[in-house]
Amino acid sequence: MARRVGPVTRAGRAVALCTTVLTLGTLLAVLLRAETASFGPADWSALRFTVLAALAAAGLSVGLAIPCARALARRSFPGRGAIVSLMGAPFLLPVVVAVLGILAVFGRSGLVNRLLDVVGLPAVSIYGPHGVILGLVFFNFPLAVRMILSGWQAIPAERLRLAAALGFGPGTVLRHLELPMLQQTLPGAFVAIFLVCLTSFAIPLTLGGGPRATTLELGIYQALRFDYDLGRAALLAAAQFALCALAVGLAARLAVPARFGAGLDRPVERWDAQGWALRLQDVAVLVLGCGFLVLPLAMIVIRGLEGLSDIPAAVWPAALRSVLVAMVSTALCMAATLSLCTAISAGLAARWIETAGMLPLAASSLVLGTGLFILVHPFAAPERLALPVTALVNAAMALPYALRLILPAHREVEAAYGQLADSLGLAGVSRLRWLVLPRLRPVIGFASGVAAALSMGDLGVIALFANEGQATLPLVVQQLMGAYRMQAAAGASLVLVGLSFALFWICDRGGRRHAAA
Amino acid sequence: MLRLDGLEIRQGDFRLNADWQVAAGERVAVIGPSGAGKSTLLMAIAGFIAPDRGDILWQGRSLRQVAPGDRPVSMLFQDQNLFPHLTIAQNLGLGLSPALRLVPADRARIDAALDRVGLGGLGGRRPAELSGGQQGRAALARALLRARPILLLDEPFAALGPALKADMLGLVSELAEETGALVLMVTHDPADAVAFARRTVVVSDGVASAPADTADLMRNPPRALAEYLGRS
Repeated sequence: MARRVGPVTRAGRAVALCTTVLTLGTLLAVLLRAETASFGPADWSALRFTVLAALAAAGLSVGLAIPCARALARRSFPGRGAIVSLMGAPFLLPVVVAVLGILAVFGRSGLVNRLLDVVGLPAVSIYGPHGVILGLVFFNFPLAVRMILSGWQAIPAERLRLAAALGFGPGTVLRHLELPMLQQTLPGAFVAIFLVCLTSFAIPLTLGGGPRATTLELGIYQALRFDYDLGRAALLAAAQFALCALAVGLAARLAVPARFGAGLDRPVERWDAQGWALRLQDVAVLVLGCGFLVLPLAMIVIRGLEGLSDIPAAVWPAALRSVLVAMVSTALCMAATLSLCTAISAGLAARWIETAGMLPLAASSLVLGTGLFILVHPFAAPERLALPVTALVNAAMALPYALRLILPAHREVEAAYGQLADSLGLAGVSRLRWLVLPRLRPVIGFASGVAAALSMGDLGVIALFANEGQATLPLVVQQLMGAYRMQAAAGASLVLVGLSFALFWICDRGGRRHAAA
Repeated sequence: MLRLDGLEIRQGDFRLNADWQVAAGERVAVIGPSGAGKSTLLMAIAGFIAPDRGDILWQGRSLRQVAPGDRPVSMLFQDQNLFPHLTIAQNLGLGLSPALRLVPADRARIDAALDRVGLGGLGGRRPAELSGGQQGRAALARALLRARPILLLDEPFAALGPALKADMLGLVSELAEETGALVLMVTHDPADAVAFARRTVVVSDGVASAPADTADLMRNPPRALAEYLGRS
């Protein structure tokens, strides 16, 4: 069977090669550079803290998510859909902004400490290891809820009906239906979140630090920015990559549940959970879970509105740079994703190409950044390339998410219309234009929104490269926080959140409007 | 002339052999029990399944290295013959130019083809706004525009009622006559074969037998066909 290899397929293979070179090539640069330095006690403690914080955060997120997902799975009430959507929001929220919200609740003069003060208890400090873990849980608990909820909804309705017909109580349902499901879902959810926590940079940057709460990524940043010690940064980056590769290898052996599972707004009909004690339990769980998310979000808005008048002028050019970087990186990411999908459907080396597209998951943006820094540094001043490099790295970091969203839909389109398109000689760009793009519009819109929001909120590689003149908005927020100008930081964050969600909304909406039947 | 030269297709335990030829412009029915390989035979001719042995030749030229869209073939599938997100006119236009770069003369030809199959003025609609019979007509109109010398029908009208199906077969006969196309039509209904095709290929037990006179076959069916027809 002679199917022509069109320009799009060739582009897809080139993209696979590029992501491989970008992730493994920068790693090679890191490794070659790292030989000269040695792993000291501070580095061991950074490694230990990285792993322990990620383990603790993943364990807490998953543990807290179980009752919450269970309550969402077996209850149907007005506003349930809104709660499920709320659980998706932190993923798109810029990390620095969320940190500001967390500080407003748990920080020195935050709500919790004011409450403690009223009761006469001593104030607690948010900074340090527990603050880092709290921040990580804030981001990953809702992710865990969505993953576990999709597991709950994968229990066939027929089986629950059978359980009701046999008169199963909640305990029996738990033992025969829910525990087996959890056994399948939890390991994947745990590892996925563990991986996210390993590569989180902005939370340790803002809430951690010091000898007790420094992660590998924070160490990389400090070595590059403050000590100008490329060798040590490279060594830490190599350790970070090894850690991530280990976690990715583990995740590949487990079935990782869908992050953006469709149909989560559909409650499962349950007959075993009608007792008032169980109802009360679910209400309490949901109130606490939502409160944990909503309070910081509300504080972002309240403090942000107060701080709007205090915004320094540097915010506006930074906002423009952020939006431009997000647009370029989203366009790059979508072009790369679609050509990867085309190359995968062409069949040749499909597994390899798909793996290449997922590779950036194992590379943290700081490791990529360090590698690029080492590669760029002999030829040009890194700060001159800050924005292009950030756009490129952001596109690469969003690629695995976009691929996971678009590839299944692309496969469906090829299964349904591929033969018809082949029989009409619809290939290359024509196939993309007349078949793939129109059919995939909604999912491309959603994936673009995710990529744009991720890029808008990114505080990773830009922190390594940028000077005053190229700061993006998250970096400006972080700098304001570092200078304890909290009011101005809150105002700038509100601008950042507004822009991120606006970009997400425009992309998602653009995809769904006029979506053809 | 379409020649199946020692053709063999294997898919796991499944196997199909064919070694015969049909002349250009002929109309041939393909009949047999489900799962015997009727569709597989058409898929191989259309270029979606590579033969494991033997060759498929059109006018003496091997089609082995020819991509589906470049073969002298138009095919109507069981379903999904139209892209639901494009208008009927665009769907037809893809038959003229896969990049949909159409000159005014092309648009005139599309309108004429729509008129010919009785869909005049419906070019601006989307497939979902058409009935099943009209969708079949649109797919036929595209085949008419492509004007390939071989037309393969893989039961595209199976979901239509008897009267509509008879209409469509009549239309196919007329169009085939006008364009001089060779038609291979899969069917599970012996009446279709009798009405439409002078010769018929029986597919069963791993063999697509050489085309034989349809009326003779029905009068005096070989064992496999008799079992299929329930006359054994």
